[in-house]
Amino acid sequence: MTRDPLSPDRTEVVFADAKPAYTPAQAVIEAERCHQCHDAPCVAACPTAIDIPGFIRRIATGNARGAAGTIFASNVLGMSCARVCPVEVLCVGRCVYHEQGLPPIAIGRLQRYATDAAFAAGWTFFQRAPETGRTVALIGAGPASLACAHRLSVLGHRCVILEKRPLPGGLNTTGVAPHKMRADRALAEVDWVLSVGGIEVRTGVEVTDPEALEREYDAVFVGVGLGEDACLGVPGEDLPGIFGAVDFIERLKLGTVSLAGVGSAAVIGGGNTAVDAVRELRTLGVPRVRLVYRGGESAMSGYAHEWDVAKKEGAEAVWNAVPVAFEGDGAVRRIRCAVTRDRRPVPGEEFFVEADRVLLAIGQAKLGEIFGRLPGISLDRGRVVVDADGFTGRRGWYAGGDCANGGKEVVNAAAEGRRAADAIHRHLQGGRDA
Amino acid sequence: MPGPLTKKVPTPNPFWLASAPPTNSGDQVKRAFDAGWGGAVWKALGQPIQNVSSRFGSTNYFAGRHVGFNNIELITDRPLEANFREIAEVKRLYPKNAVIASLMVESRAEWRDIIRRAIDAGADGLELNFGCPHGMCERGMGSAVGQEPKVNEEITSWAVDYSTVPVLVKLTPNVSDIVPHGLAAKRGGAHGVSLINTIKSVIGVDIDRFVPLPRVGDLATNGGYCGAAVKPIALHMVAALARHPDFRLPLSGIGGIATWRDAVEFMLLGSGTVQVCTEVMLRGYGIVGDLIEGLTEYMRTHGFQRLDDFVGRAVPAFREWGELDLNYEVVAKIDATTCIGCQRCLVACMDGAHQCIHPDPSGSRVPVVDESECVGCNLCQIVCPVDGCVTMEQVANGYAPATWREHEAAGVLLRPKKGSHG
Repeated sequence: MTRDPLSPDRTEVVFADAKPAYTPAQAVIEAERCHQCHDAPCVAACPTAIDIPGFIRRIATGNARGAAGTIFASNVLGMSCARVCPVEVLCVGRCVYHEQGLPPIAIGRLQRYATDAAFAAGWTFFQRAPETGRTVALIGAGPASLACAHRLSVLGHRCVILEKRPLPGGLNTTGVAPHKMRADRALAEVDWVLSVGGIEVRTGVEVTDPEALEREYDAVFVGVGLGEDACLGVPGEDLPGIFGAVDFIERLKLGTVSLAGVGSAAVIGGGNTAVDAVRELRTLGVPRVRLVYRGGESAMSGYAHEWDVAKKEGAEAVWNAVPVAFEGDGAVRRIRCAVTRDRRPVPGEEFFVEADRVLLAIGQAKLGEIFGRLPGISLDRGRVVVDADGFTGRRGWYAGGDCANGGKEVVNAAAEGRRAADAIHRHLQGGRDA
Repeated sequence: MPGPLTKKVPTPNPFWLASAPPTNSGDQVKRAFDAGWGGAVWKALGQPIQNVSSRFGSTNYFAGRHVGFNNIELITDRPLEANFREIAEVKRLYPKNAVIASLMVESRAEWRDIIRRAIDAGADGLELNFGCPHGMCERGMGSAVGQEPKVNEEITSWAVDYSTVPVLVKLTPNVSDIVPHGLAAKRGGAHGVSLINTIKSVIGVDIDRFVPLPRVGDLATNGGYCGAAVKPIALHMVAALARHPDFRLPLSGIGGIATWRDAVEFMLLGSGTVQVCTEVMLRGYGIVGDLIEGLTEYMRTHGFQRLDDFVGRAVPAFREWGELDLNYEVVAKIDATTCIGCQRCLVACMDGAHQCIHPDPSGSRVPVVDESECVGCNLCQIVCPVDGCVTMEQVANGYAPATWREHEAAGVLLRPKKGSHG
């Protein structure tokens, strides 16, 4: 496929790898620590149910290829998930070593070791079944669609991925904190997924008439993710110096951002995008970076382990506050904030937070609306409603990833995409949903 | 029980270095005595030989590095004159430590000559190397002697005749039953035996070059196996001699001793002294400090004043299978407060034992033992990564003790079988 090459000067390249790769010797030593639990809790905690003890034992015996094969058999996006998964609250969080008061197994780093080895060596693990003659359209080229398309392709179906942006990979390419994974790695994973064959990616294609797809394709998977950064709708929000956090992160990953002269920045929100943005502003040298959140520290939805690191990196927070106006002369200079109680502003109790750069991380637009117009597909607050298999209720239509789950992890998208692929396969074979 | 060998060859403590690379030179033995070793069995002396390159091999089991070790090195390759000169110097500088000269020659005249020279140099004792399973045995020495009780007895009797110091015979484990070989040494007049020497072995294979290990060019040969993995074999052979009513000679235990616990086990099965090689090769002479302290603390906590108080203490409990009580019954208990929920016991029992550990139907990760089917095999306790979490507890089943013979001959009732899922 052809695509615009990433600029070698893009801002994200200044970010160091948060968890450097293991050497073979280090990987073996860590792998040998694994208790090899039966019916392992780490597997139960993985949305894609990777056979974690199985791949770790293979690392311990020097069978890196088998380890990678074990991972990819459950999660074809195992390379990016090894880097971006919040393992602390998933597999690693359930490691029985916690019960022993000992450090848990570094499952993410071991998974990275095996999957990096596979990428470096060019090992392949999949063989397509004979062509079925069926073709599936997938809308959006993010993790959910990639996982879905790969599975469908292995099962013998052809796939066409329609992506409105210039680059595939979704948030793995445009939104992952660069200390976890850079965009070039995400694009390398896309190429690796596509190398199975049978999948065509059309970038720069926006679907405006979903119903028309039904005439051309045997099934459709909706994996459009989330939309633009949400706005607060308060005065001064259009002042220069105020950006959406997702937009800002995409700029620093794919292009360049300049923070020269920014002395104090504020990130509005308490989720993981807000925490990522805070850490990125600090790493890029902004002297004072504050999170402004309408709740207290314990109420924030961002992971505690990420926020703890942000604090160590010098981030501060203004708790129980919500912006009511942005003020400045030609550019934002300060935020007028209301004190909140139970996350609601208290009338009359206001104060100012100095900030000459503001990032809004209060959520993203839902993109389900055009699909919700199709009879049989329903929306829940903008999300596409699906059953456990990703089926929408309209014959041949499936969905997964952020557009259906409201915004979760890459590994959730990978799991949902794959589950939907299996359901689509049954449908195309005249099964349950036919 | 026979008295400890330390009475015949006095040493400040029962920890000796075995005849091996760590006792190859005077400089090494002096450093070993400085570190605290009680005695040193000097690297075997004999006619000049030439060694190969490479010589050692190791076997690992996952994180367990060097669980087994082997070598294809022969006896000393240094001039005999240098060895005797250094023995004399060591004895002059360390009069309280024992130097035992390990010897391996062929003819009676050679034995007479080398024994005289070793004693002249100041050796406190002699150890006749009837054990090496590689190289020397092809020339009719080492294990070739140790495997033939008559040859063993004859050469031992020569040595005892020529010697004015105690004579130990070092036995090879490369035999089906150690007892005739120990008795042969005794008939020859030996003052004690040391065992085991190394076990004939191939430590591994280079799977890319298709050559066994350790590799000498494109060829390889069998070596002598030692290290932690051989301890159970050594303990069995030590115990087999210790409990034989006609044997009753001092024993110097060798084979996989790495810690003071290992040493205590050898002592409880009858070894008055213990000899260490592999662990010193892997970690240096300094381990002796912990060996001495650990043994001292063990004796203190058990109220033992001297080695005699416990050497051989476990020998009476080592019996034939037919003497065991078939009505003794234990079952596994899992301590839910320390269980980490790994369920290794469950899969071990289901796949490798008797299918009596099951998931808790309530959903807890702590498995449940079906005591009505638990045969008390220990496997769950062995695989459990948490010390003390699985215990094997005795069941008061009401049956009187009964051996198979008592059951067969006198009709003593046996408890019902468990674990047959019949």
